[in-house]
Amino acid sequence: MSAFDAVIGGIWLTIILTVVSFAIGVVAGIPLVLARRSSIRTLRMASTFAIDMIRGVPPIVWLFFIYFGIGDQVRQLSTLEAALIGLGVISAAYMAEIYRGGFAAIPNQQWDAGRALGLHPVYSLGFIIAPQVIRTALPAAASYAIGLLKDSSIASTIGVNEILYRASNYAETTEHANVYLIAGLIYIVLSIPLALVSRRVDKRLRARLGA
Amino acid sequence: MSGLFSQWGQDLPSLLHGLLLSIEVTGASLGIGLPVGFWLALMASSNRRRVSLPTIAVVEVGRGLPALVVLEFVYFGGPNIGVKLAAVAAAIIALAWNTAAYTSEIFRGGFLAVPKGMREAALALGLSDVHTFRHVILPEGLRIALPGLMGWAIVTFQGTSLAFTIGVPELLSHAYEIASVNFLYLDVLSLVGLLYAAIAVPGAWLVRYTERRLGAAPM
Repeated sequence: MSAFDAVIGGIWLTIILTVVSFAIGVVAGIPLVLARRSSIRTLRMASTFAIDMIRGVPPIVWLFFIYFGIGDQVRQLSTLEAALIGLGVISAAYMAEIYRGGFAAIPNQQWDAGRALGLHPVYSLGFIIAPQVIRTALPAAASYAIGLLKDSSIASTIGVNEILYRASNYAETTEHANVYLIAGLIYIVLSIPLALVSRRVDKRLRARLGA
Repeated sequence: MSGLFSQWGQDLPSLLHGLLLSIEVTGASLGIGLPVGFWLALMASSNRRRVSLPTIAVVEVGRGLPALVVLEFVYFGGPNIGVKLAAVAAAIIALAWNTAAYTSEIFRGGFLAVPKGMREAALALGLSDVHTFRHVILPEGLRIALPGLMGWAIVTFQGTSLAFTIGVPELLSHAYEIASVNFLYLDVLSLVGLLYAAIAVPGAWLVRYTERRLGAAPM
């Protein structure tokens, strides 16, 4: 089997890891950022603490903690489940910070304007603020997604059969390390459409919002 | 079975040993990677396209590769070309390469963010291109790049945990060794997480503080 054939089969798991954990982050980042911006002090502090702690611990330690730690003492998880939970939790913290950057770019007067129009703050958030947050957060979210694609390689350390895991196995059995170059190239190639798609979505959103 | 966290006192000395190595690897990687990143930034900013384009290509490839792939390539690939590297050396080379690629963009971003008027003012005062760069763009650009570079230092510190995979006896390796004997994974891994966070979280605060201070300072 050629080195390329050996690693290419891992592409699906790499994509699943990236897409699913990013999706978890996109959704779970919302309550985190709302808590982070809450007027309730305890909620704000708890969210800040959680975000800082999640980002303060290296991804590989998170995966080990979830797979070996929680898996050992609470419920045995599959390697893929553990990797998705771990990368998902990390994404949520990073996405919350990205959303926060988006919120910060919006002048407070927009909230005032919503209130003046008689909108409940929830509606102001949903129809005035959130669309703009999404637009401003998009470029940062896209580059985070590319980072996540690369970080998904860490799932190989707990045994998820993705690109790098296969590359390591191949290198070990054949003693040829060139396979890592091929693996690296695949990661780069995978990140290109992500960059292009994000640029396109960004442009479309801008056009729709008339900016 | 003993209670959770019961082993922390016993584990700590060994873990601190590993933490020390993690910090040393961080220092060495930054010590090599930052100067290389700086030179790459200068080359990427060059007016000569023959110099700038290949440099930008190298940097983009460097940033596109997952650190773990580079790490395993350096360590397991060495013997293919007749160089058997010690695991620690391989880890430092891989993280330094990563640092060079990423920080070159941080340096370059800093140089580019220096207001155009400063450059024009320096040239108008009769400073040569070289002196303008050396005495105006460089100090201002480095100031702007500082928070980004500090943030990268934290990323590199966290990245040393990847060296576990090639057998460097850093913090995570020590934890894994302890857990493979007493099977209290949750116990020791939570302590390890706290140790990483104990450095990374205050580090992040320091970055935020620096950002605010530099932002407030007159330009």
